[in-house]
Amino acid sequence: MWLLKLAWKNMWRNRNRTAITIAAVFFSVILSILTNSLQDGIFDNLIKNVVSFYNGYIQVHKQGYWDEQILDNTFEGTSALEDSILALENVNALAPRLESFALASSDTLTKGCLVIGISPEKENSITELKNKLKEGEYLNEQDFGALIAEGLAKRLKLYLHDTLVIIGQGYHGAMAVGKYPIKGILKFGSPDLNDQMLYLSLPAAQELYGAPKMLTSYVVGLENPSNLDPTAEILRDKLGNEYEAMTWEEMMPEVVQHIRTDKGSLVIIQGVLYMLIGFGIIGTLLMMMVERKYEMGMLVAIGMKKRKLMQLMLIESVFTVLSGCILGMLASIPIVFYLNRYPIKFKGELAEVYEEFGFEAIFPTSTNPEIFLTQGLFVICMALLLSLYPIVKIARLDPVAAMKK
Amino acid sequence: MNTVIDAHQVSKTFNPTTIPILAVNNVHLHLERGEFTALVGPSGSGKTTLLNLLGGLDKPDKGSIFINGVDITKLSPNALIDFRLNNIGFVFQSFNLIPVLTARENVELIMQLQHKDRREINERVETLFREIGLEDKLDTRPAQLSGGQQQRVAVARALASKPQFVLADEPTANLDSKSATNLLDIMAKLNQEENITFIFSTHDVRVIERARRVITLVDGQIHSDTAKVSTEVPHTAQKRTP
Repeated sequence: MWLLKLAWKNMWRNRNRTAITIAAVFFSVILSILTNSLQDGIFDNLIKNVVSFYNGYIQVHKQGYWDEQILDNTFEGTSALEDSILALENVNALAPRLESFALASSDTLTKGCLVIGISPEKENSITELKNKLKEGEYLNEQDFGALIAEGLAKRLKLYLHDTLVIIGQGYHGAMAVGKYPIKGILKFGSPDLNDQMLYLSLPAAQELYGAPKMLTSYVVGLENPSNLDPTAEILRDKLGNEYEAMTWEEMMPEVVQHIRTDKGSLVIIQGVLYMLIGFGIIGTLLMMMVERKYEMGMLVAIGMKKRKLMQLMLIESVFTVLSGCILGMLASIPIVFYLNRYPIKFKGELAEVYEEFGFEAIFPTSTNPEIFLTQGLFVICMALLLSLYPIVKIARLDPVAAMKK
Repeated sequence: MNTVIDAHQVSKTFNPTTIPILAVNNVHLHLERGEFTALVGPSGSGKTTLLNLLGGLDKPDKGSIFINGVDITKLSPNALIDFRLNNIGFVFQSFNLIPVLTARENVELIMQLQHKDRREINERVETLFREIGLEDKLDTRPAQLSGGQQQRVAVARALASKPQFVLADEPTANLDSKSATNLLDIMAKLNQEENITFIFSTHDVRVIERARRVITLVDGQIHSDTAKVSTEVPHTAQKRTP
């Protein structure tokens, strides 16, 4: 107890030095947490936008569909198949789709689009499509209206309740032509999705493509997305060779690659940050050792064991670093939550560059508590590691030499 | 047993491989309990080195030092620290109190290192502060004490562990005349009334006048060892040991 008291008093012996160290750790922890939460937030948002909003975490197709995405590679959707997938532990939703590219036309304009036949409620349970509705109404199960993405509608100069014509190739080479009133306009975060998506109810799409009861995919919703790979593995085992179960990572390797590349560059930035924290702490420790060398020699001379002196130094370092760390963690909470609620948004040309690559130019932070704890713990561990310097110095301390002025 | 220190053929050389300096040369020394002894000599004569050797802060190259029958030259570094804690009190030239602790806490520190219980610590602290006449400065930090008061607290700290003897390295060097006399009065009183053994290294004639034995060192050797001395110690001293 007296050792703790002495360490606490020693910590405030040189208030300026302690304040500088605490401030260094404080700002480093904030920066470190912000960098990490921004990194995770951006990737979470990216995955949410591009993966969860459309692809889903896992898709089930007929074997070979992903390599050759044509209507002839469809499979018949049955309730038995649906039930067997839904029976899996981590699966909490399933949405059938029939999708194919076609041409969408208004009066004088035509543009390629992705026509997706969906079961509106099931689709909504996975991709929250209803939330994307900007104008009009959502589809019902037997609807013969269409939901069109905002970008596509703008290009075709179509508005709510206008009529849209779809022309394409159907099942087994049949002509696919249909006329649909626009029932709602959708707005997607991803500009890619915003420029090409067109939704019909599943019966309407099956009729358009001449493929009754046929599906191109089941989109699988997961209760715990972190168990993605094990769930996909179980699904593959269960479905056999007739079907393929693909994770979003397998379907979108470019997104995975992008995340990896970005994480790599952030590791370098974080390395520099940690080095700065390290130099700050070691600088203080060096100053402290020079300042208190005489006193340490005296303490060993009068009978304080070096082990005790090492404990004292360690406690002082931990007190200082812990104070900076806790303050940094507390101060970062409102900043991280604020930036999560009101994310950084790029505008103008920079935003366009991001949008060209299919990403929203917004940068929310992640509020995952693990980030706060991990970064805090990392800084504490680093400080403890650096505290080995005074400990080694004390181990080699010669009281007579230390007390020579 | 009344022998506190028994040193035989003690030698210490600095820089043995470069320019060797024989700081202490074949010293024999015997001190009894209750002595009030001054180690004197010109600068570089080996006073502080000898004091460090007797206090177990440094190890001799040759010879042995028995304190209360224990050869401290044979102790491991850790055992030596423990031995110092329980057997030797130190008073340094520049007070050396811990600035962040109060006078009381500075004295308590030694007993806390000895794992004494709170009641015993409180009783000892009160006794010591009464003896050094600073009962009203218990909770004062060193910076608020005068040099003389700080050195008195240092004496209390040296005595806190109830040591076999106290080594004081030029304890009055940084004190004014009044404070030095006051400190010497306290140490002489403790020596006479409680039979505490004091060994000083000093240049101060006031200390030499009060000492009951004066050992003069010249070039690392005992030049003289007298039981009663005048202020011109180095020249008039009567030789007692080689």
